[in-house]
Amino acid sequence: MASDGCDTDPGDLPVAVKILVAGGFGAGKTTLVGSVSEIAPLSTEEVMTEAGMGVDDTDGVEQKTTTTVALDFGRITMSGSVVLYLFGTPGQGRFWFMWDELAAGALGAVVVADTRRLETCFPAVDFFERRGVPFAVAVNQFDGAHRYTAEEVREAVDVEAHVPVVLGDARLRESGKEVLLSLVEHVIRRRSPALSG
Amino acid sequence: MTPAAGRLDGGAGPLVRPYTMTGGRTRPASGTGLDMITIVVAARRRVDWSRLQPEHARILRRCRTPVSVAELSAQLDIPITVAKVLVGDLVAAGDVAARAPAPAADHPEAHVLQAVLDGIRRL
Ligand SMILES: Nc1nc2c(ncn2[C@@H]2O[C@H](COP(=O)(O)OP(=O)(O)O)[C@@H](O)[C@H]2O)c(=O)[nH]1
Ligand SMILES: [Mg+2]
Repeated sequence: MASDGCDTDPGDLPVAVKILVAGGFGAGKTTLVGSVSEIAPLSTEEVMTEAGMGVDDTDGVEQKTTTTVALDFGRITMSGSVVLYLFGTPGQGRFWFMWDELAAGALGAVVVADTRRLETCFPAVDFFERRGVPFAVAVNQFDGAHRYTAEEVREAVDVEAHVPVVLGDARLRESGKEVLLSLVEHVIRRRSPALSG
Repeated sequence: MTPAAGRLDGGAGPLVRPYTMTGGRTRPASGTGLDMITIVVAARRRVDWSRLQPEHARILRRCRTPVSVAELSAQLDIPITVAKVLVGDLVAAGDVAARAPAPAADHPEAHVLQAVLDGIRRL
């Protein structure tokens, strides 16, 4: 089918992929995005909707809830005409039920765990587990906070053995790089059985 | 050009457009099927700028090199929902070409994963 007079082949354009960066408020999501991004993080907002059919909803009336959420994001241009976008996503619990739209199409997610209050990353972990989105945990070690080992965090957050847990500092590019590598390798490992089967 | 190359992937439902910037239109055409990481670029041919509304012109000027809907939204300080509608208008008019994102997490293509891996290693 012709493309309505557009003379540029979309096949020549880069293809985009996204990774979500989630976690509690102040955990270091924007910091992590900024430390690996080739551009200063940009911010925008998205209206998210939920078709809210409550369990006790007997009259069958579908209600839609919409909320505007602020997103910040960075970009890394990959080889082979692939562009990776990293979306720092709001961690407030009340937004979690609206995350399906954001998670749709994501390659995976990084959950930033704040060593001053590990529990603030639980909702993000729950969400990605339930949705089957592959994720890695980036343990952002704040100065003066308790120094956990990766195993202690794994136990506290209660993630499966194959989920990467990486200790680091969100301000350092090396830390961001390490957790992103762990995540993508994890995605590739998850994918391989399906290939051979 | 492959048969499907000029089209956008379908799938998304009609958008509600609560914004005056989109002219209050309700026809479910523009913006449908666009993702926030859909990449767009201005078509090579000459554009008749006089027929464009200012919002469309502002977007088109930023599409000389490939750019995502999310970036346009951030640069122009408009919500992603609005950016999708305006970009969709430009796609429908043939003023920009659009490329849908790589397939979802369930079926990432091997060469895309490899490119991501290589790109992160180079950071
Ligand atoms: N000391 C220290 N401060 C950090 C670290 N990561 C982030 N911060 C600071 O913590 C604050 C909140 O980080 P931010 O990335 O905005 O959190 P977000 O709400 O998750 O996006 C900022 O002032 C950061 O500079 C870290 O690893 N160590
Ligand atoms: Mg932030």
